[in-house]
Amino acid sequence: MTIPLLEAVALQKYFPIYSGLFRRHVGEVKAVDGVDFKLYEGQVLGIVGESGSGKSTLGRAAIRLIEPTSGKLYYRGQNFLTIEKNQLKQMRRQIQIIFQDPCASLNPRKTIFQSIGDALVYHELVKSEEEQQAYVVEILKKIGLSPDSMHRYPHQFSGGQQQRICIGRAIAMNPKLVVCDEAVSALDVSVQAQILNLLVELKEIMGLSYLFISHNLSVVRYICDHVLVMHRGKVVEQGIVEKIFNEPQEPYTKKLLSAIPPDHPRKRHLAAISVI
Amino acid sequence: MDPILSVKNLTTPLRIGRDVFNVVDNLSFDLHLGKTLALVGESGCGKSLTALSIMRILPDPPCLLPRGAVIYKGQNLLDLSERAMRKIRGARIGMIFQDPTTSLNPVFTIGAQLIEVAELHLNLYGEEAISRAVQALNEVGIVNSEQRLSDYPHQLSGGMRQRVMIAMALMCEPDILIADEPTTALDVTIQAQVLDLMKELQARKGMAILLITHDMGVVAEMADDVIVMYASQAVERGGVYDIFDQMTHPYTMGLFASRPLLKKSKEKLIPIQGTVPAIGQYPKGCRFNTRCPYVMPKCLEGDIPAFSLKTSEKHFANCWLCQ
Repeated sequence: MTIPLLEAVALQKYFPIYSGLFRRHVGEVKAVDGVDFKLYEGQVLGIVGESGSGKSTLGRAAIRLIEPTSGKLYYRGQNFLTIEKNQLKQMRRQIQIIFQDPCASLNPRKTIFQSIGDALVYHELVKSEEEQQAYVVEILKKIGLSPDSMHRYPHQFSGGQQQRICIGRAIAMNPKLVVCDEAVSALDVSVQAQILNLLVELKEIMGLSYLFISHNLSVVRYICDHVLVMHRGKVVEQGIVEKIFNEPQEPYTKKLLSAIPPDHPRKRHLAAISVI
Repeated sequence: MDPILSVKNLTTPLRIGRDVFNVVDNLSFDLHLGKTLALVGESGCGKSLTALSIMRILPDPPCLLPRGAVIYKGQNLLDLSERAMRKIRGARIGMIFQDPTTSLNPVFTIGAQLIEVAELHLNLYGEEAISRAVQALNEVGIVNSEQRLSDYPHQLSGGMRQRVMIAMALMCEPDILIADEPTTALDVTIQAQVLDLMKELQARKGMAILLITHDMGVVAEMADDVIVMYASQAVERGGVYDIFDQMTHPYTMGLFASRPLLKKSKEKLIPIQGTVPAIGQYPKGCRFNTRCPYVMPKCLEGDIPAFSLKTSEKHFANCWLCQ
């Protein structure tokens, strides 16, 4: 049996609620409440759910961008939560993340060369400046941008190009796992198609695995192998993407799927959806 | 049936430095009571600025006065005085915006904001204004509406805030509702609720809706007629079935091919090559010619006329392919 790339067992993330004059601890928001999943190498695991269902928190807790409250995390069979500091740095390189808003996740005062290249120096992937330069050019080619855009600033690019840069920054580390947190949600449909194609292409060339968080079910259906449906911090249903979309078992999944807008006006559904 | 609002050759100039660009270029359309017209296109194609031009709430500067005509009940809205326009804006033509968080005032309760509408446009004060506000919230399906009046926008969820916006826009029973990406900030279940609500209210009140969106799914669900915009111009227009079954303009085809579909297998998506040209860098001739797979020599020069298509009498495309 192969070891999963990333495995979560009963992962929990609670946020405390404080109230009153002395900021007394009065309760918890159970953002992620006991989630198990396994992500195998080369696979794409989708996490879907409505806003506030804990998708993003799960994505972040799963790679320790925020510390989980409890539960276990294994990265290639190794306990990710108790790992030593110098190993953690090594592991950070192998796990990267792409956020929803490319404009907000790029430093406006750094050129593209700096945005992509600085981490190369930090992780000691390059030894000299020439090497760094050559590396960044190679990355820019991979993400379909011309090398002369290297010394420009993020505001000089369109939204789709900015997202390409974010992807470039993530893959520059030669990661194994990339968390895409609503990575295509802010893009126009034709740009979205370009970025989706780029993600699929990079996955094949570089052998990446994605943890793909999205509320856009058509996109999830397109790119994911497995899917995990979340509702109020808990997993409602998980399985192979075709199975979930064709034969949803749980009422919540059915409701979510029925809310997808039709792809043709002939299939309009007027059925009112009850208030959640 | 006569249209309730008729937009004729609307052109909105925008000034950047010394240059003037038309962000909405020669756009014409009609709105009919009880019908929904969808303006579709990608960011920056001028759909929102069209709406702002009709409402006359363009950011000025950089925008200059729009040219052309927006005829509502025999008067050209573009020629009205600001004072007269204020009677129409919000009262006869309502508008809802994409982001309800930034469109509601965070320091006033939603009650105060709703009551303000009643006072300004309906001449209702005190108890009457309050009960009108409660009624407006009831109409959009908000429960416990009396208690909700004292809530601040941040206390409501995104879907609820969008409902409040709709309530506010529909309070004066406008003839026209302009919805600028009403569901883009909402997730799929809430989107379905808001779209249902808009449809239901339209059926009950018979208003015309101008729906601005980039989501073909929303168009499929809502629209009667569609205008596809690219680079400030309309490139194709027609009934919703014309567009979905017999799309003709290469840009429209590109938009449809880019959509990941639920039922389709995992074949590669076919995006439109290249990027939308920046304003001021529009090519001569057809503005899509830099990205069009069928580009011909005559696409590079001059204006492209709108060709009538056989599909239906209201289906037009601005493309030489349809000649």
